[in-house]
Amino acid sequence: MKSFLKASLLTAASLWTAATLAAGPTVPLDKAEIDLHDKASLQRGAQLFMNYCLGCHSMQYQRYNRTFRDLEIPEELGVENLQFTGEKPGDLITNAMPTEAAGAWFGTAAPDLTLVARVRGADWLYTYFRSFYVDESRPFGVNNAVFPNVGMPHVLQELQGVPRKTHEKRMVDGEMKDVYVGIKSDGSGILSPAEYDQAMLDLTNFLVYTGEPMLLEQRRLGWYVFGFILVFTILAWLLKREYFRDLK
Amino acid sequence: MSKLIAWFDERIPLSKTWNIHLAQYPAPKNFNFWYLFGVLAMLVLVNQILTGIWLTMNYVPSAEGAFASVEYIMRDIDYGWLLRYMHSTGASAFFVVVYLHMFRGMMYGSYQKPRELLWVFGMLIFLVLMAEAFMGYLLPWGQMSYWGAQVIISLFGAIPIIGDDLTLWIRGDYVISGATLNRFFALHVIALPLVLVILVFLHIIALHEVGSNNPEGIDIKKKKGTIPESEKPKFTFHERFTKKYDVVDAVPFFPYYVVKDLIGIGIFLFLFCYVIFFAPAMGGLFLEPPNFEAANPLKTPEHIAPVWYFTPFYAILRAVPDKLLGVILMFGAIVFLFLLPWIDRGRVRSIRYRCTFHKINLTLFVISFIVLGYLGLKPATEVYTFFARVFTFLYFAFFIFLWFYSKNENTKPVPERITK
Amino acid sequence: MSNAPVDKGRRRFLTVATSVVGAAGAVGVAVPFIASWNPSEKAKNAGAPVEVNIGKMEPGQLIRNEWRGQPVWIVRRTPEMLASLEGLADQLRDPNSEEPQQPEYASNLYRSRKDEFFIAVGICTHLGCSPQYLETDFGEQVEGIEAGFFCPCHGSKFDIAGRVFSGVPAPYNLVVPPHYYVNDNVVLIGEDGEQA
Repeated sequence: MKSFLKASLLTAASLWTAATLAAGPTVPLDKAEIDLHDKASLQRGAQLFMNYCLGCHSMQYQRYNRTFRDLEIPEELGVENLQFTGEKPGDLITNAMPTEAAGAWFGTAAPDLTLVARVRGADWLYTYFRSFYVDESRPFGVNNAVFPNVGMPHVLQELQGVPRKTHEKRMVDGEMKDVYVGIKSDGSGILSPAEYDQAMLDLTNFLVYTGEPMLLEQRRLGWYVFGFILVFTILAWLLKREYFRDLK
Repeated sequence: MSKLIAWFDERIPLSKTWNIHLAQYPAPKNFNFWYLFGVLAMLVLVNQILTGIWLTMNYVPSAEGAFASVEYIMRDIDYGWLLRYMHSTGASAFFVVVYLHMFRGMMYGSYQKPRELLWVFGMLIFLVLMAEAFMGYLLPWGQMSYWGAQVIISLFGAIPIIGDDLTLWIRGDYVISGATLNRFFALHVIALPLVLVILVFLHIIALHEVGSNNPEGIDIKKKKGTIPESEKPKFTFHERFTKKYDVVDAVPFFPYYVVKDLIGIGIFLFLFCYVIFFAPAMGGLFLEPPNFEAANPLKTPEHIAPVWYFTPFYAILRAVPDKLLGVILMFGAIVFLFLLPWIDRGRVRSIRYRCTFHKINLTLFVISFIVLGYLGLKPATEVYTFFARVFTFLYFAFFIFLWFYSKNENTKPVPERITK
Repeated sequence: MSNAPVDKGRRRFLTVATSVVGAAGAVGVAVPFIASWNPSEKAKNAGAPVEVNIGKMEPGQLIRNEWRGQPVWIVRRTPEMLASLEGLADQLRDPNSEEPQQPEYASNLYRSRKDEFFIAVGICTHLGCSPQYLETDFGEQVEGIEAGFFCPCHGSKFDIAGRVFSGVPAPYNLVVPPHYYVNDNVVLIGEDGEQA
């Protein structure tokens, strides 16, 4: 059995390497440091979402009052400052844009974003928000490095400023060359680059939360369950040992 | 209490059943870790049935409502997320324990005479389980549900002459639609579970008729009168087992293996709950990311892969450049497993006493299965397809080699009695 | 096999301990199954308190609202209607509202928080039909009283405070739901409010 294990491990390892090499090149994603305990960050993220995203994108599986509760926002304050649609605090976060009209205006209906973090992952979202750049060939004048030919405008431009793909003259191998140094804002935005990154992290954090609003409760409960199983297994082990004394 | 039991015993075989199947059922004394998975499969089956019933209380089987109703369960129902994760994790856990259970059977020759029918019932359970899981995976109505079902149902299109009409009939529409969803729902929640429970019942009846095998592959039933009283176990076994044979090296299933299984159940639950509470998507293996997007018949996800438990067979399908032949090989991979009791012509059961070549052969088979499973998750690039072909060959080679060498196999001498 | 004596006490203790812990586990597992039958967030939202504007109601007018899927009536009673409530005691089953069919603050002659406005769940306490509001024709049912509620299903009769007359099938007065006045024009149905 030992040789079998060894052989299978080796095969698996070599295959893994082959697989990683075979995977095609993609835009490297920046790591989003998600912290669902950071309620302030989640609140800021919610505010960004309600103000900039909800115009076109809905969050139709999530309820306002639950969001307020989970984010520790007093309900009255939330209703006043964050709830722009629906009638009751318990309503779903839908938007006013009719899906069909959206299809006509943008070529495709804006997808619902409740679960977008579970589909794309936090890192993708975080990088995506920071990868818009000016591209006059596109209908909205912008493109996205992570989502090529994206079908939406850069709605956060007032925060970020005008982002351009920037080249700098640098010495490479003794020669001056134009080197691509990434997407940089022209500085006309309300936020500084660092503040913009933080804002996008907040927004990502919020979307991760809405993807799995039960996550914190789920993990907390998990520890209790582990504790119980441990006690049960130890008792079962003692019991088994007691009975198996008959067989010695 | 004893009066109450007596009252029942006069009316239904209560104590008798308890004794025959548990308290006086002779189980070989040398069961190891590998003998746990049958019990675990039962546990998972119960979990699936209970959580499944509860999920149907809020699930909406329609193309318009299915996806939203799953999110409704996850968010708006008290502990709905737990019930859903128990069910989705249970599906994967079912295959984990069933695959290990099958491997145990192959390792110790538990399919050999007289347990052929037991094995066939087990294989039927496996087959129904695959159908059950496949139909269940359509129900969340996510992108992977939709396109996975689309691909698998299209396989039937490979069948000559009737193929196209058959796929149309299965779908009940020109594409996968609400009609497909509704019939899959009906089969998933009532028809197949019913068949599954009946097959499990038959599997256990067949097992208790022939008796359990063990890691040594040595019979614990000896010819009547050949064993002196002093060497018989000190336990009472039901006369059903002792009438025709002298039973040796056995212990009653209850309490001994029941208490032993409790430890295994504890460890299993630990792993099971780890997934439920800390990694319900299991990094995209148990719940695939595209499935959190509602089904869209106009947009295929970039990369479609079935759930992990189907991928070994999916990899075989893709390894073959011809559609029909691929389908035939894929089903052949399962048919060969069905025929295992007759392909293996050996008389020695346990791998411990079989020839070195058998050990290598089985090892390669397991590696092939795992590697094919991995390849089935990956896009079909040239490198992967090459590997898939190699391991598809090794998968089938196991059965072909086995048929040849098992006839006149150079085995080690098998002891008369279980000593280890 | 050893013939060492079995420690029966230890064995029994471990068996009982494992069984008890196992049973506790089974109870724990039952919790999500039982809890999932509670009203969901969707149901709670549908049953959330309802705000009603009563600023523009005419005297004698009845408006219907929905709260928890049930019809809730608001009647703006005229002084004549209020006057008709006095001196009926001997014709009623529960004239002093002793049965718990209303919050404490509505346990008075008018069965209301404000004399003028009568707020009640519009479902007959007999078998659940919705009675009719007879603004002026109630005299046909009970002589000398102009306004009241009459249930067409089995003929139960209620006065304009929802009190049931004796000799009809309905056993109790109409239910007054929890409510409070947010301000002079708005009433919130479904919550007692802080004044309660």
